[in-house]
Amino acid sequence: MLGSQLEMKKLINDPLDAPAEFLAGLALAHSDLLRVSLDPVYVVRADAPVPGKAGLLSGGGSGHEPMHAGFVGRGMLDAACPGAVFTSPTPDQIQAATRAANGGAGVLHIVKNYTGDILNFEMAAELCQAEGIDVRAVVINDDVAVEDSLYTAGRRGVGATVLAEKICGAAAERGYPLAEIETLCRKVNRRARSVGMALTPCTVPAAGKATFELAEDEIEMGIGIHGEPGRERLPLLPAAELIARMAGMVVADLPFRSGDQVIAMVNGMGGTPLMELYIVYRELHHILEGLGIRIARRLVGNYITSLEMAGCSLTLLQADDELLSLWDDPVLTAGLRWGL
Amino acid sequence: MGPLSMAGGKREVLHWLDLLQQVYAANRAWLTELDSAIGDADHGINMDRGFIAVQAELAAHPPADIRSALQAAAATLIRHVGGAAGPLYGTFFLRAAAACAGKPELEAGDVVALFQAGTQGVCERGKAAAGDKTMLDALLPALEAMRQALAEGTGSVEILDRAAAAAEAGMRATIPIQARKGRASYLGPRSIGHQDPGATSAFLMLRAAAEAWRA
Ligand SMILES: Nc1ncnc2c1ncn2[C@@H]1O[C@H](COP(=O)(O)OP(=O)(O)OP(=O)(O)O)[C@@H](O)[C@H]1O
Ligand SMILES: [Mg+2]
Repeated sequence: MLGSQLEMKKLINDPLDAPAEFLAGLALAHSDLLRVSLDPVYVVRADAPVPGKAGLLSGGGSGHEPMHAGFVGRGMLDAACPGAVFTSPTPDQIQAATRAANGGAGVLHIVKNYTGDILNFEMAAELCQAEGIDVRAVVINDDVAVEDSLYTAGRRGVGATVLAEKICGAAAERGYPLAEIETLCRKVNRRARSVGMALTPCTVPAAGKATFELAEDEIEMGIGIHGEPGRERLPLLPAAELIARMAGMVVADLPFRSGDQVIAMVNGMGGTPLMELYIVYRELHHILEGLGIRIARRLVGNYITSLEMAGCSLTLLQADDELLSLWDDPVLTAGLRWGL
Repeated sequence: MGPLSMAGGKREVLHWLDLLQQVYAANRAWLTELDSAIGDADHGINMDRGFIAVQAELAAHPPADIRSALQAAAATLIRHVGGAAGPLYGTFFLRAAAACAGKPELEAGDVVALFQAGTQGVCERGKAAAGDKTMLDALLPALEAMRQALAEGTGSVEILDRAAAAAEAGMRATIPIQARKGRASYLGPRSIGHQDPGATSAFLMLRAAAEAWRA
């Protein structure tokens, strides 16, 4: 076992203060893009609410940075509700953030499919609707590692969340009405699939202990984004073999077919060097090329993370002209920016 | 023992809520450990944070009656816990509060009604069933034991003791189950062999109730 799995070595102060101190830092660094409320905790874009524009809100546990707070800004989210580390936000937070994001055209909640998130967002939506805000919710569930059956809580929401936030954010900025953004968000979710793997576990600051143990020659395949163990434990293999296996799972599931063009995300879990992510990208590029699938756009980097976990996830979105055009629209957030 | 029919009331409920803060603080590491095996290592942290907040709320705004004490606990849990446990335990106390409306004292039947309403709330909010490997696997057997004890004419303390014992057995019985709800279901067969953290916190809640009414 790695020594680093036994103790917590983090650049923090009081572990319980970590999420709030992160947000305070974010606000100081990006006062041009966003504002932070600390009670209840939420982040909104600096010019929120934008009159007449449909609002876009997402939330979830902290520890996945830059998602979601780092995606607040022009062309992406109007508001984000970070919970405690790996814990969904609470209804009062979501309610306050929804009010702050509502420019009169209603607010879309982009919710990742986890029981905690679903229940808290449901309670919040009831509260918001009671005060007359048009709230819609789309649940993201793109993780192919989980069987979608009566015997599970359904597939987890992972990488497709980032793509949905970017694409729907662009649509909102163009003036799409709420109902159309909702439809668009469902379309992104329907056409996107992801899978993740971990080389190391991670340590929740308030827990002080790694979420699982892995030998030096083992990996977890089929992880989510909360430091939980995956579907199976495998021996560490060369990147070519691991990525072939992961790409195979994603491609077969939709399925993606020869002639498809995709938006691809090679995402680091927080502790993976960019060198390795580009090695992964190279493998993915060749595998897809061999299948006749063209990567039309891509992201390579840390976008939806699990603290300091090493590992990666792959997300593919079957794109069309509308999705590519919205993808190319300008975005200006702490975590993603182009075209401005 | 005093007379069997002695009704408990606000004192017992407040004592229960106070004990819950102590119990979850003392078992924070255990619950989190259980959650790290099949979840995301936050259940003990969530429960501890929630009941510390409940104590603070009750100290700041002493409740007038049983209903408002439980109501304050519900609202505070919903606001401070997050995760699955926040809305689920929040709903438990919200329904429990409603069941106690207008009752200055709780007879044995009222204690059962409180738990019945709370458990029903958890069923509706989480849409899980018995055997899914959730907190309901402790709450449902506890409720069944309470009903039986009540039918036999026992008092609140005995009712809660038997409920706690049934919850404990239910909690243990989650070990061999493959989870079908919540985060643990993502693990598929790998969730087998681990005790459910929510069933464990539910057992602790019932054991604390038995202790509060006994005192
Ligand atoms: N649908 C459900 N109905 C009843 N209980 C549930 C349900 N889903 C999960 N639980 C219970 O909740 C417990 C986990 O609570 P916890 O506080 O750890 O939330 P969580 O699932 O980690 O939430 P989050 O994903 O937001 O962090 C489980 O052990 C289980 O007993
Ligand atoms: Mg948990």
